[in-house]
Amino acid sequence: MKLTVASSPHIRGDFRTSRLMMDVVIALMPALMVGVWQLGLRALWVTLICVGTTVASEWLYSLLTRTRNTIIDGSAVVTGLLLALTLPHTVPYWLAIVGGVFAIVVIKALCGGLGQNIFNPALAARAFMMLVFPVGLTRYVGVDGVSSATPLHHMVMPALPEESVLDMFLGRCPGSIGELSALALLLGGAYLVIRKVISPRVPVAYLGTVAIVTLVFYKTDAPVQWMLYSLLSGGVMLGAIFMATDYATSPVTAMGQWIYGVGCGVLTVIFRYFGIFPEGVTYAILLMNALVWAIDRYTAPRRFGTGKGGKTA
Amino acid sequence: MMNKLFFGGIHPKYNKEMSTTSTDFRQISPEQVVIPMQQHIGAPCTPLVKVGDTVARGQKIGDGEGLCVPVHASVSGTVVAIEPRPHTSGRDVMAVVIRNDGKDTTLPGEKNDAPLEAMDNDQILHAIREAGIVGMGGAAFPGNVKALSSMGNVDTLIANACECEPYITADDSLLRTDPQHVLEGMTILSKVLGPQRTVLAVEDNKQEAIRKLEGLQKDYPQIEIKVLPTRYPQGAEKQLVQSVTGREVLPGKLPASVGCAVFNVSTFAAIYRAVRLGLPLTQRIVTISGEAIAKPQNFIVRIGTPFHDLVEAAGGLNDKTERVISGGPMMGFAQKDLAVPVIKATNSILCLLKDRNGAAENPVCLRCGKCVGVCPMRLQPLYMYRATNAGRVEDLKRLNLLDCMECGSCAFTCPGKLPLVEVFRKGKAMLREASAK
Repeated sequence: MKLTVASSPHIRGDFRTSRLMMDVVIALMPALMVGVWQLGLRALWVTLICVGTTVASEWLYSLLTRTRNTIIDGSAVVTGLLLALTLPHTVPYWLAIVGGVFAIVVIKALCGGLGQNIFNPALAARAFMMLVFPVGLTRYVGVDGVSSATPLHHMVMPALPEESVLDMFLGRCPGSIGELSALALLLGGAYLVIRKVISPRVPVAYLGTVAIVTLVFYKTDAPVQWMLYSLLSGGVMLGAIFMATDYATSPVTAMGQWIYGVGCGVLTVIFRYFGIFPEGVTYAILLMNALVWAIDRYTAPRRFGTGKGGKTA
Repeated sequence: MMNKLFFGGIHPKYNKEMSTTSTDFRQISPEQVVIPMQQHIGAPCTPLVKVGDTVARGQKIGDGEGLCVPVHASVSGTVVAIEPRPHTSGRDVMAVVIRNDGKDTTLPGEKNDAPLEAMDNDQILHAIREAGIVGMGGAAFPGNVKALSSMGNVDTLIANACECEPYITADDSLLRTDPQHVLEGMTILSKVLGPQRTVLAVEDNKQEAIRKLEGLQKDYPQIEIKVLPTRYPQGAEKQLVQSVTGREVLPGKLPASVGCAVFNVSTFAAIYRAVRLGLPLTQRIVTISGEAIAKPQNFIVRIGTPFHDLVEAAGGLNDKTERVISGGPMMGFAQKDLAVPVIKATNSILCLLKDRNGAAENPVCLRCGKCVGVCPMRLQPLYMYRATNAGRVEDLKRLNLLDCMECGSCAFTCPGKLPLVEVFRKGKAMLREASAK
């Protein structure tokens, strides 16, 4: 009998990359279903095209560069899905394909692959699409098929949206495919926390900060309403729960995650209040992405044995 | 209280019930014992016998100077070889090989029933040394030296009954069968060290042992039984000190730096046998367990018994056995040769099938940060891994790589299945090399 001599530990947990990715896909399903239900089948086609593009890009890239094929871990599926959910369902198909290729090849693969990219691939791709073809991403069509302004457009004026808070919570409003229903997104987030895929620190810090800042610096004469609409409109929920918690592009230390979440929240409100676009989530998270290495470096845990517990007898 | 628990940690599947069905331990009578001259941290022993000598059980067969404790014959018989033999450390170590005559002729121990107050500390420490006692939880530091260095600077004496590694139930078995030996040993060392607190710390997955201990507690009012919530690696010295006292052992220092001394419960039982019964350390309880062995159980084993004798006594190995480990699944050492003997610190022989969650062929770090959350030493394993692979020695210093005790919590948790512990050993070698220059 040939015995294997290998390093400890000799047992490992059953947590796997592919299982984590599958959990993220499952967690995004309620949001996708609300999108398709509210916006129609085109939302589903856009999603399938994005996922198909990211998976195909990953496969082609590994084939051409003779690097390891990482399709099996499911990360390309997650990237494609996240990208689609940030897009309006009216986005031209060709633009969705451009976004998918950009996310995988430029943002992920050229940075060294899974876990090495500095910027969130889905959001970076969205930012790139905004740059090259803004019209494709800013045309929203309402439930009735008529081109309409999203709740965020009202808030720029500033005014409270026409939809009720409950409608927005449930997703009965225009917007990007995955951002409609806060309820669906919160359900997905709760699933990820229960499955220990993510820690609640970043979403809690992010959403809490947006709530506090918009409540203090309100723009209409109904501060609480303003705060609620600020949380429910646009991509804040999707961003806080699914984008800002992306492993590769968020801090690993507990303190770092709190700081990062607060930073994302503050920047989101600043960009919404003072930026040229109604929404600020994409750029807030991308900017904080760039600071992650520094945040991790300066929030390293206190060394064991150097705290006040280390007293001598 | 939160601050009394240690940082991080994991909850692996414990599989302890596999080997706890019986407390009727079988004694194994090996044909030969292979007794290494090095079973402790420190200087090796010099053999005191020669080939052809007849020895009795309990006879001293090796001793040395300095940081060294003697070794004794664990069976009676004839010395048939004195030569380097495979050792659980992976190296060949000088060993005395004794052919067992089966008679078990034993040197009579000198019983000592004197009240503790009548014994002086030197006498007790001498008895501990002469019995060849080392830390039996795995570190194998000479017991008398550890006790001596703790004298006068320790306010808390801790008996470690956590046995936090999965599968192993040797200490648990000891507590279920001979709890008074442990409590007596604690009383003896408590007399020597004079601490304010004498604590027996046990995890709450050993309910039968806890009941037995609590039943005896009225006879040992000075001993505190502390039941801790089960979590790996609670039994690691620094983590146990933190769980029991809330204190953090200073970086690079021993528990004495924060007024604590920690000994394994088996070591306390051995101290009792040495001081009260005059018996040297010639046997111990060993768990043999794992999915690849037919009948997992605990044995009372003579020191020097080859692993293959125990494997055979436990019904043999499954054909698909992938590894045999000396120690636990988290920190034990995989063996290539089952001729290696049980030594004083061997608490378990673990026979495992291939782990379906084993290390990945092409491991990828997702930066998920789970390793940071579980590290009981508050390190950042993912950055240590990166820095080692990139050869950045300065970063390894900044990241305090040498604080890592290789408990494996990070590698256990990692979804990307990175070979973290293995890489950290390389990183530590890099640091040592750099500081030697």
